[in-house]
Amino acid sequence: MKGAHVFLFVFVMWILIIIGGGILIVFTAPISIIGYGALDSFFTAGVKAVIAITLVVIWIYILSKIKNWIFHKHLSC
Amino acid sequence: MLDQIIPAVLVSAIAFFSVYIITPFLIKALEKRNLTVKDYNRAGEAMVPRPGGPSLLIGIAAAEITLYMFFPTMEIVAILVTTSLAFVVGIIDDRKTLGGWFKPIALAGCAIPIILLGAYDSNLAFPLFGSVKIPALYLALIVFMIPITGNTINSIDVLNGVASGFMIIASFTLTVSLFVMQNYEIAIASLPLGFVSLAFYKYHKFPSRIFPGDSGALTLGAMYGVIAIVGHVEIIAAVALLPAVINSFLFLSSVKRIIEHREVKLKPVAHTDDFKIMATADKDAPITLVRLILAGGPMTEKQIGSVIFKLALFSAALAIITALMMGLKI
Repeated sequence: MKGAHVFLFVFVMWILIIIGGGILIVFTAPISIIGYGALDSFFTAGVKAVIAITLVVIWIYILSKIKNWIFHKHLSC
Repeated sequence: MLDQIIPAVLVSAIAFFSVYIITPFLIKALEKRNLTVKDYNRAGEAMVPRPGGPSLLIGIAAAEITLYMFFPTMEIVAILVTTSLAFVVGIIDDRKTLGGWFKPIALAGCAIPIILLGAYDSNLAFPLFGSVKIPALYLALIVFMIPITGNTINSIDVLNGVASGFMIIASFTLTVSLFVMQNYEIAIASLPLGFVSLAFYKYHKFPSRIFPGDSGALTLGAMYGVIAIVGHVEIIAAVALLPAVINSFLFLSSVKRIIEHREVKLKPVAHTDDFKIMATADKDAPITLVRLILAGGPMTEKQIGSVIFKLALFSAALAIITALMMGLKI
């Protein structure tokens, strides 16, 4: 089927969303920083945001590699 | 049950017939004022009226105002206000060519009424794993969501009928998912998006008689985003939109900055002698969804549209599976 490689790309993105969500809920959400008084929630939110952004960067890096692999493989055919 | 079926049927009919009836008049008015653009993918480069955004907004506003009379909720007000503001951003961009950063920043501003009206829940739900409460981060998510969905739909508006056809599939997927999750009021509020897209598709499909323009694409995209937020179906909405997200991702990851498509010097596609569309071999040209599809060989505009719609249906299936998985927990 024409464009079948793009379907694979969509499927990989979906799997990455499910896994990313799982990591956020299971590992990141329970993180709680204490000992800074009124700033506790601020630091907790900051750490969670950094982890979430790091995940997004890793996610984009993986997708970028898959995109290059698919695109250059098909253009060279 | 009847108290939900009546407004659902009524707003669907209002949305569909408003656009279906008004759009031909809009086409004539735009042609009369010479507000037309070249369709570069058509042999002879026909001139096509643009923008179709006003008829889409009229259909959405008429339907949502009617729905508000049945369900006077802040969620419906948020949908109406944010969508209308996105239309204003789009119509400004249709009339004046503005920089690449204008739309994302202006659309971020369009999200503010959602926050001010309190029409959101800061729990972000994921399939299989449950939800997470992120009060501060969720505000950032709202501000980012509207520019992302707006620009994503705008960026896929490159071929006849693709933006409206894609929106039909994605928005009805969102409606089905909202029904699956028993969020009936927002499911009904999402119906006008699908029905205005359906009516507009009649005039936008190949060969297009009108283009939605930035006002049309941003109106549809922003409404999709605000429904995702007020309906608490952010992840499902993202999944249903994946082919369009891929298009934006591919474009941004290859040009490595936010710019308007018209600012791109190296074209990602070209025409063959028999007026099929083919991917250019230039390594520095941006990679887009269309170029990725064309990596397998040249296609007609209709064939590319067909592949994009199949991708949208595939994503729709994944989105509905995601909605069903929301009720499961491991």
